[in-house]
Amino acid sequence: MPRLHVPQPPTRPGDKPDFSYVELSPAGAIHKPDVNARVKDMEECATGLIRVLDDKHEAVGQWNPRLEAEDLQVGLRHMVHTRVFDDRMQKTQRQGKISFYMRSYGEEAVSVAQTMALQPGDMLFPSYRQQGAYLVRGRPIVDLMCQLLSNTRDMCKGRQLPVMYHWNAGRIFSISGNLTTQFPQAVGWAMAAAIRNEDHIAATWIGEGASAEADFHHGIIFAAVHQAPVIMNIVNNQWAISTFQGTAGGEQRSFAARGPGYGIAGIRVDGNDFLAVHAVTQWAAQRARTGGGPTLIELVTYRASAHSTSDDPSRYRPKDDYEHWPLGDPIDRLKNHLIARGEWSEKQHKDLQAELDAQVAAAWKEAVSFGALNEGPRLDRLLMFEDVYKDFPENLRRQREQLDAEIKLNAELGLKGAE
Amino acid sequence: MAQMNMIQALNSAMDVMMARDPSVVVMGEDVGYFGGVFRVTDGLQRKYGEHRVLDSPISEGGIVATAIGMAVNGLKPVAEIQFADYIYPAVDQIASELARIRYRSAGDFSSAVVVRAPCGGGIRGGQTHSQSPEAIFTHICGIKVVMPSNPYDAKGLLISAIEDEDPVIFFEPKRIYNGPFDGDPNKPAVPWSTHAKGNVPEGHYKVPIGKCDIVRPGEQVTIVTYGTMVYVCEAAAKKLNIDAEIIDVRTMSPLDIDPICSSVKKTGRCVVAHEATRFSGFGAELSASIQEECFWYLEAPIQRVAGWDTPYPHAFEWEYFPGQARVALALRAAMGQE
Repeated sequence: MPRLHVPQPPTRPGDKPDFSYVELSPAGAIHKPDVNARVKDMEECATGLIRVLDDKHEAVGQWNPRLEAEDLQVGLRHMVHTRVFDDRMQKTQRQGKISFYMRSYGEEAVSVAQTMALQPGDMLFPSYRQQGAYLVRGRPIVDLMCQLLSNTRDMCKGRQLPVMYHWNAGRIFSISGNLTTQFPQAVGWAMAAAIRNEDHIAATWIGEGASAEADFHHGIIFAAVHQAPVIMNIVNNQWAISTFQGTAGGEQRSFAARGPGYGIAGIRVDGNDFLAVHAVTQWAAQRARTGGGPTLIELVTYRASAHSTSDDPSRYRPKDDYEHWPLGDPIDRLKNHLIARGEWSEKQHKDLQAELDAQVAAAWKEAVSFGALNEGPRLDRLLMFEDVYKDFPENLRRQREQLDAEIKLNAELGLKGAE
Repeated sequence: MAQMNMIQALNSAMDVMMARDPSVVVMGEDVGYFGGVFRVTDGLQRKYGEHRVLDSPISEGGIVATAIGMAVNGLKPVAEIQFADYIYPAVDQIASELARIRYRSAGDFSSAVVVRAPCGGGIRGGQTHSQSPEAIFTHICGIKVVMPSNPYDAKGLLISAIEDEDPVIFFEPKRIYNGPFDGDPNKPAVPWSTHAKGNVPEGHYKVPIGKCDIVRPGEQVTIVTYGTMVYVCEAAAKKLNIDAEIIDVRTMSPLDIDPICSSVKKTGRCVVAHEATRFSGFGAELSASIQEECFWYLEAPIQRVAGWDTPYPHAFEWEYFPGQARVALALRAAMGQE
């Protein structure tokens, strides 16, 4: 009999968490191929799980990037910074100061380690949960906060939902809000870099759920055909709002294995292992930079927080899921590794947290001085008509005048409307 | 000056721009080695190389998306969608991305891609090779929508589109690639060499985007149209002996409404005509905009000429196509000669 299969997560609210479906490999178990390895000679990388940190917090195996303690401390700092920033913004949303927020809790190693493994000239096409990239590249968080507040210093001039940042000077592309659209765009950017004989590569991120979009196929087929210098990342955090990764096609085969299916390198990596994430990104970057073409990286991680402030995951998964996630927490794991190396301490960690807490609090104070969604100075409403086109078309000139007339009429009719 | 058909004129526009600007690249299905199914990109790959004239996978969404990324990285892509009927897989990239990157990033990023797409019927193309989807794109703010009706405008407008800092969707009415067509399929084909607009400068020149063109001055009625229908309307008015002022819209968005309204105020009568289906077609926008400005000058209701609200049927092409009779009926109604 033919049958219709409906993928189900292993557990639902009230169940005991069960992650036996996650296929693991021991740290150090996967062979590290040459950066110019043929795709068919490295398929183990796409089906196994590349890990560097073992249970004793030691870095083992060929994929160990042998990073200096100093670099790891910087990475730890960026991850803690990201988490402190996220937590604070979550609270401000609950207080009604911003309309919406998306944390990257549990996934901080993805954006931080990967951005650190790339060069400043490389172009990033992130999704909405890679805020760590902004911190690594040095964007003051007050700028991010002003965007979240849609205030007078909002980089988006009030046009975008919170977290949809952009930063041309920092080489981070505008976040769309539509899923996967940036995936093939990054490929185009990388093709242009190759056409222009430039050394820079592109990197892009989507969630495993978004890999079901046609743009995933569009991106990867162009990347494969033209061997574009691009790193295509699937952040497999197990959940797309309430949709389990099985519904995106993750049950039968790893997401990374789609890479070899298209003829490009595929790597499945422990996304909560800072060292492993850094190592595979560096490998893929070197491969791209030396003409070896694209790599598809699946970062196996867990969305420890809700999808967004509008989501309540306790309605579709066990509340204590994250405590049982077999790959642990990326900050704890790097912290413990540094402590094991004698390069960090609990006290230093506490001090770092306190320092970053104070920094984030001070930045927030500064940010709100430029206005908030419902209080303080507001953006000029006429900005809404700008940047639709480079030049200002006649129909928008007329509509802008009409808005002025509406505002006047609001006052006359005693309507509140816009001020 | 040289004699060119529309294919040669469009080819010349890309040739001129590729020679002037090394950032201009051409991409699309079959555009490279083969030169395009309509030959519009013929010879460009031989001249400019495989890195500047790329044969793309059959993936319209991927073509537009990668073109966006290329433009963000400083190239000037001219992407061909082989038939306008195939553009729909790319609509998310056009509507949600291409059109809004400047706006959503407050000008920090922009992506000035040109998307060329042959459109329209009358070539026995059936329902998947005959569509005129321009209205869908005029409803998207942030892109410009252009459709030339002759070789001179085609080259000048395509050069303007390539030089434009905003994205342009460039529709090419393929029925008139080789010559003007008055809607009568039984007449022998007329080549562009017999038409004044078949005289095209060989070098660089521009026809401005956002400007309509009065192709025939007249006093009795204003016909607002574009693409192939320019010639059908001309022929129909001539048959009825009506002194029509015929305006070729050329750019649907942003629309050059003022000269259109001036004309309607002068004639007091108006017919709008296009090949695309009628309901929510671009004619609805034209008709509404003209009425808002010209209501007190109108002697009769504005008439709309369009394709039927059906898919484009293969076997009934000429019953579907808005030919001279359909235009004539509208002209008579507008003239009060029911």
